[in-house]
This record gives sequence, structure tokens and C-alpha cells, in this order.
Amino acid sequence: MRFVTQLLIGLLFGMGLVISGMSNPDKVLNFLDVAAISTGGWDPSLIFVMGGGVVVTFIGYRLLDARARPLLAERFEWPTLTTIDAPLVAGAVIFGLGWGLGGFCPGPAFTALGTFAPGAFVFGGAMLMGMFAAWQWRSRGVRDV
Amino acid sequence: MTTEFTPVASAIGGAMIGLSAVLLMAFHGRIAGISGIGARLFPPYRDSKLAERLVFILGLVAAPGLYAVVNGAAAPMNISGSTGVLIAAGLLAGFGSVLGNGCTSGHGICGLSRLSVRSLVAVVVFMLTAIVTVYIVRHVIGG
Repeated sequence: MRFVTQLLIGLLFGMGLVISGMSNPDKVLNFLDVAAISTGGWDPSLIFVMGGGVVVTFIGYRLLDARARPLLAERFEWPTLTTIDAPLVAGAVIFGLGWGLGGFCPGPAFTALGTFAPGAFVFGGAMLMGMFAAWQWRSRGVRDV
Repeated sequence: MTTEFTPVASAIGGAMIGLSAVLLMAFHGRIAGISGIGARLFPPYRDSKLAERLVFILGLVAAPGLYAVVNGAAAPMNISGSTGVLIAAGLLAGFGSVLGNGCTSGHGICGLSRLSVRSLVAVVVFMLTAIVTVYIVRHVIGG
């Protein structure tokens, strides 16, 4: 049962990425290209992805507050960190560089593998290596978002 | 390549991502942060849920195929970067998202929905960095 729900929830996430346009690097880069506002090339669609996602998640998470535990796990593992520290900011800068260069963030990078586009495998392979390196770097203490 | 403004499809897709994040917490008690799920594929992290994480990622990978079958045509996707740029971009995106404990999903969708100031700082920083990066690539170097 746990595998069925994981598969379907992952599939729902991936379909959301595809339908929203997040899995198309050109669309992401056109969103980030705010200098193209003056030439009509700016695509603000992804603001609506963030808006739709946050509204649903905000409401859904609040509904879960009334529940004692998840349906298929022992407890809700809400993130506990609140400190704004150097790894957070440095990581965000480095991630922003990669996102702006390639137009892929981690979710869409995995989803794009399903299109069998060669570039998706190049980016995805490099991304997993980068994740592995950072994971070893900070493995002295496992932390959550 | 220019892309069409798609507010409705993007909002629907975003809502699906949000629903997925809520369901992952409701069923499995986990934040839907893809960089966190990806990082936890690797040692030294160990728990009993490695196979579950792989199945979740399999769902992500299966989405374009299901979309193409249902829709009758593949969704538009164009990767414009050269191989060298894609390797650099992938390394940076993977390293940075794990170092900073989250990406567009973990900080952007889940963190902002929890009103986490930490996630808000991360989102502002990576959005601004990405915007500056695209500006330099497209209008300073490529201009």
C-alpha cells in the first residue's frame, strides 16, 4: 500500500510539473528573464504555479494539524530548523545559479528523464552527483528543511 | 524560444503539486522536497524507506509518458543549454539545493505554506540569483 501511494503521489506531482510548464526549461528561463518584460518575451506563468501550489498546501497542511498521525507512517515529520545560517544562504545562491543556467530544478529534472531527452540525462546525472557531494559535505548532521 | 503565457494551466498544475505535497504529508508524514528525497537516496543516510523514495521518483519520471498518452501529444519541452552548461547547471543545482536544505518544492511550496521565514529567505535568495544569472547569460554574455 505504501508503494502504491508513493507512486501515485509522485505521479500527481510529476503531472503537476508537466501541466504547469515547470518541466519545460525554456518556460522557466523565460519566467526568470524579467529583462524581457520590455520586449514581450517574459512569461509570468510560473507565478501561478507557485500561487496554486502554496494556496492548496497552506490549506491542506492546516487540515492535517487536526490529525494525530499520518495514515501510513508513525508521525508527521515537520521540519524543525528555523535558523537562517550560512549553508542556507550559500546553498540558495548555488542552487539559483544552477537553476538559472539550466532551467531545471530537482523535481522537473527527474520528471524530464521520462521524456528520454539526452539533455535531461546530462543535467540529471550531474545533479545527482552534486546532491551526493553536498550530502557527504554535510553528513555530519542530518537536517531537514 | 518564446513560450505562451498559460496562467490557467500553470495554476492547475501548481494546485496538483500542492495536493501532492499535502497527500505525501497525510499518508507518509514527509515534506515533498525533491532535493531532500534525492539526497536521501545516498549514504550515509539510512532508514527503511529507500524503496519508497525510489517509487516516488518513479512516479515523477512516469508523468510525461502518462501526459502524452492522455493528451495525445507530448508536452512542450525544450532544453536549450549546451552539454557543458547542463553539466555545470546540474552540479550547481544539485549541490546548492542539498546544502541549503531545499529547492523550489521544499522551500518554495512546502516551506512558504508553513510560513517558514527560513524558507522565505531561501526562496528570495535563489529567485534573485536565478534572475541575475539569466540576465547575465541572455543579456550580458548573449546580448
